[in-house]
Amino acid sequence: MHGAWAWSAAPAAAADTEMSARLDVAAISKSFRGLRAVQGASFEVPAGGIVGLIGPNGAGKTTCFNMIAGVFAPDAGEVRLDGRRIDGWRPDQVCAAGVGRTFQIVKPFVGLTVLDNVIVGALLRSNDVPSAKKLAEGIVEKLGLGPKRDLPASALTLPDRKRLEVARALATQPRLLLLDEVMAGLRPTECDQMVAVFRELNRAEGITILLIEHVMRAVMALAQRIVVLHHGEVISRGTPEEVVRDPAVLESYLGEETEV
Amino acid sequence: MIARLLEGVPRRGLVALGALLLLLLAFPAFASGYLLSVGFLILYFAFVGQAWNIMMGFAGQLSLGHSLYVGLGAYAAAALYVHFGISPWIGLGASVGIAMLAGAVLGFLAFRFGVAGVYFAILTIAFAEFARIGFDHFSWVQGSSGFFLPVANYATNDLWNLRGSPRMFYYLMLAMSVAAFVACHALLRSRMGYYWQAIRESPEAAQALGVNVFRYKMAAVVISAAMTSLAGVVFAFYYNNLFPEQIFHISRSIELILGPIIGGIGTLVGPLVGALLLTGLAEGMREVMLQLGVEVPGVKQVFYGICLLLVVMFLPHGVWPPLARRLGLERGAGGRGGH
Ligand SMILES: Nc1ncnc2c1ncn2[C@@H]1O[C@H](COP(=O)(O)OP(=O)(O)OP(=O)(O)O)[C@@H](O)[C@H]1O
Ligand SMILES: [Mg+2]
Repeated sequence: MHGAWAWSAAPAAAADTEMSARLDVAAISKSFRGLRAVQGASFEVPAGGIVGLIGPNGAGKTTCFNMIAGVFAPDAGEVRLDGRRIDGWRPDQVCAAGVGRTFQIVKPFVGLTVLDNVIVGALLRSNDVPSAKKLAEGIVEKLGLGPKRDLPASALTLPDRKRLEVARALATQPRLLLLDEVMAGLRPTECDQMVAVFRELNRAEGITILLIEHVMRAVMALAQRIVVLHHGEVISRGTPEEVVRDPAVLESYLGEETEV
Repeated sequence: MIARLLEGVPRRGLVALGALLLLLLAFPAFASGYLLSVGFLILYFAFVGQAWNIMMGFAGQLSLGHSLYVGLGAYAAAALYVHFGISPWIGLGASVGIAMLAGAVLGFLAFRFGVAGVYFAILTIAFAEFARIGFDHFSWVQGSSGFFLPVANYATNDLWNLRGSPRMFYYLMLAMSVAAFVACHALLRSRMGYYWQAIRESPEAAQALGVNVFRYKMAAVVISAAMTSLAGVVFAFYYNNLFPEQIFHISRSIELILGPIIGGIGTLVGPLVGALLLTGLAEGMREVMLQLGVEVPGVKQVFYGICLLLVVMFLPHGVWPPLARRLGLERGAGGRGGH
């Protein structure tokens, strides 16, 4: 715990348990006007772990995120954060409980500056605007947006908008971070930088991470375990090495459109 | 506190504001009775524009029914004064309370049931129309035949009962406009201000960052309603007559949003600039035409229409943001530029 990142006076040794949350998703389903986007998907993310959620387009990954983050309540099934049910909560309540999320289709506050975007997130656990600003400044730096902090978010390129999504989510000081394709569109070196940021967050602060990613380079580098979704169902799970050798996965996803 | 208010405000901006304030303070010394009344109107529209801007400019909720809060504020304080002799300084408590209640009911219905965008705007019109028709039949305040306050004696200024000269009203409105400006500046930089702007830009993203969108939208409506009702109190005691057909009329709601739209929605200075431009120019033009001996009915409305058209076509963010840039008064951070 250092500088702007510290959010309590807890000793560093305790950080791991304090900053980490465990996520259990049990048999969640969601249909949209008859279309079954997710069907009975179950997976878990251990406290302090990094899990990748992969699958072809339309597999239901983002829909899973939306159910965890409170955008929709699942039609069936449960979502638990540290054992406590959170399905059916409003997004702001889920966020307050310690879940930060990014949007695959980025939603920057375009009329606000980069720094002000992040301050909005930082206010959640700050007592006043000046301390939120301090926290936000540290996060903006960490994600390499420092030189652009006073630009309106409308001036950012797509990769920078993705970084802004991450910065805003981090500013809420989550114990579980949901990342929805934040590496898409990044060059390989930028992608590696982002991977390094998440590794460091996970190592130093113990933040639990669930990431949706098509960029296999990033998933393989980060995830300890991978869950594969196809047609709304979990078709495979395991370590990265196990999953990439699974014939079912090769057939439905990796065989056709591996992006490295 | 003061230091925090001033933090990050460009020095040139402060100097300009100070000069403007001095000018406004000195204005009655050399203004004719007519000019003074124009000055009063400009300040009045600056104030209500500021109040409306909280809802639309800061929080992104379009109200086309702000005459509701003006009217409720006006009637409440006037009725308490006429019927019970209660000073408007006490009566404004009722004005503010009733307006806040009306705003809260409107906000609750809209935001609980997901009425947004155009439908929300229509709901605000419906509330104002409902009040207009209701007050037409409200015999305690003489319904549609109009409610009158005993006409003021201009010789003495009784500030406690708001009976006095136009000059007194001018200074009252000036004080209120300055207070509104400072309050909006502080609000915009508070947690609430950040949350409002976040909601304006993307309610989904705001909610994902832990913002209770319902609560902060409600706050925007209720605060805006409270502020607007104060203008209503002054309106009642300045004009001394109230007609539901006029005060709650939709044209009144439209009139009060033109200033901030032309000046710059969501900016602090926009409502002031807009009020100055619109009211100042419209009255000035009328005066010139009077001098020339031409009288065209509805010329003010046509003028408003032309201003609106020009701004929408050439300055989509209003007059102030580009002007602020030109004057080098733009603040680095926050809002839609040019606070
Ligand atoms: N809000 C919604 N309304 C209707 N249908 C939806 C909605 N959200 C998702 N869907 C549908 O649900 C299915 C799963 O979509 P989802 O976005 O979860 O897939 P995904 O795995 O995230 O895909 P991608 O890799 O393309 O992001 C798709 O068929 C999609 O069209
Ligand atoms: Mg998706």
